[in-house]
Amino acid sequence: MLSLNLPNYLLRHLQVMLYSLGQLTRTPVASVMTVLVIGIAIALPAGLYVMLHNIEKVTNQWDDASQISVFLQHTTNDSRGKQLASQLTSWPDIESVDYRSASEALNEFRELSGMDEILDTLPKNPLPPVLLIHPTKSAQQEAIQQLLERLQAMQEVELAELDMAWLQRLRTINETGQRGITIIAVLLSISVLLVIGNTIRLAILSRQTEIKVIKLVGGTNAFVRRPFLYTGFWYGLVGGIIAWLTLLITLLAINGPINKLASLYESQFNLEWLSGQMFISLPLFGLILGVMGAWLAVGRHLNDIEPS
Amino acid sequence: MIRFTDVHKRYTNQYEALSGLSFELDKGEMAFLTGHSGAGKSTLLKLIALIERSSSGQVWVNNQNLTRLPKWKVPYYRRKIGLVFQDHNLLHDRTVFDNVALPLIIAGENHREIGRRVRAALDKVGLLGKERNLPIALSGGEQQRVGIARAVVNRPPVLLADEPTGNLDPELSLEIMHLFEQFNQVGVTVFIATHDHELISRLSYRHIALHQGRLA
Ligand SMILES: Nc1ncnc2c1ncn2[C@@H]1O[C@H](COP(=O)(O)OP(=O)(O)O)[C@@H](O)[C@H]1O
Ligand SMILES: [Mg+2]
Repeated sequence: MLSLNLPNYLLRHLQVMLYSLGQLTRTPVASVMTVLVIGIAIALPAGLYVMLHNIEKVTNQWDDASQISVFLQHTTNDSRGKQLASQLTSWPDIESVDYRSASEALNEFRELSGMDEILDTLPKNPLPPVLLIHPTKSAQQEAIQQLLERLQAMQEVELAELDMAWLQRLRTINETGQRGITIIAVLLSISVLLVIGNTIRLAILSRQTEIKVIKLVGGTNAFVRRPFLYTGFWYGLVGGIIAWLTLLITLLAINGPINKLASLYESQFNLEWLSGQMFISLPLFGLILGVMGAWLAVGRHLNDIEPS
Repeated sequence: MIRFTDVHKRYTNQYEALSGLSFELDKGEMAFLTGHSGAGKSTLLKLIALIERSSSGQVWVNNQNLTRLPKWKVPYYRRKIGLVFQDHNLLHDRTVFDNVALPLIIAGENHREIGRRVRAALDKVGLLGKERNLPIALSGGEQQRVGIARAVVNRPPVLLADEPTGNLDPELSLEIMHLFEQFNQVGVTVFIATHDHELISRLSYRHIALHQGRLA
């Protein structure tokens, strides 16, 4: 009697699945609103996550290129500067050294800042010549610190600075942000559960008669539960897809400005798009929340509805 | 087939709806359950269908002790009991076919078997041509016959009916009773609650009479 006929079983599930979808299209306005709420609630933390992920990517990129700026004293002339550069190249922890004369530094600053007029009013070049030092890739934090001290101790050196301090700060902010996002994501997931749970609860109440009749003719709780679980499934799935679309559109909208900004900073930065992974994970996340929310609602109300 | 031994049923803190009830119905028997309104007829049938449980005493159906039946087994038990109600309990947003098919869908029958058996049941009650209609489009007598088709579609050994003719005129009522007779003739145990004495006096079956929750 309890023969497990697999194709038959799957076919029945498919029927219930489509039936639930059909039910949702009967109340289009309510369904669309529910699905939008779910979509936005999922899109928000996902969007923040994508943003942080991109910031992290950029800072990692800079991490590789961690460099030391060595500001020489104003009095140092070009030939001495170049001499120092080639000397330093032979140091063990140094990969390469770029020498940038005071006037080169000024020109670069002029281009980037666009403050031509102000710069023209200055009586003399305020910028010192600079040695840009790239430590070897393998150099550890500690070695770089030592290198920094050795450079600082040199006679012609005014100031040796690791361009990392602010990066460290950005990282910390980033980590804090990630925790914040986790909390927001958890809170919004709970609200998605509640929205779906409440919607399903209303659906259950509006179908009490039907549930009673089903139980009277031998329907199990699992049978009664199934269409509601699929309702939650559809809400969650479509909500997840809407979240994905929302993110896609937002990213499309800010991609242009971000690329412009990146080019200003001579960065190779490209906004990382929602990968295929995101396309799968958002709807998946949505449908898991949907089924869970439905499960909670049905679990609470199913036993109350008994034929009498 | 159905055996009550000293069954009491008390609803929340009220006097007893059924008290000290003992009787037995044989396999394949057809019987009427009679009594005034409030005598406990519906309550008795609900105990058999496990819609209610007895406060004390034992109810046996088909050699199964219902007092001991765990809750999760109730749906499977109900599939072996056909139920007919005075107000039909049809689903009004589904066609006649879908209403009758419901027990088979629940039992997980396959598509072809469902079609075959639903049509057989509808043919039995003389509604084969109405399978695409909604219940609302049918007369009271026809709706009741849809209810009966649904009750017998998975061929239960027991058929219970609670005032199945309560809303019907005498002629239609008799028709419905003949329908029950036909199912009884193929071996189904039939138990019908009614207070329509005029109707049952025209049929010669055993009466079980209730008076204020006791056998009269
Ligand atoms: N769910 C219930 N809760 C409390 N009392 C009930 C309930 N159902 C029936 N009763 C009471 O039990 C008694 C028997 O009712 P019922 O079995 O419906 O009688 P009948 O079907 O013969 O008219 C009545 O006094 C009725 O008020
Ligand atoms: Mg009654």
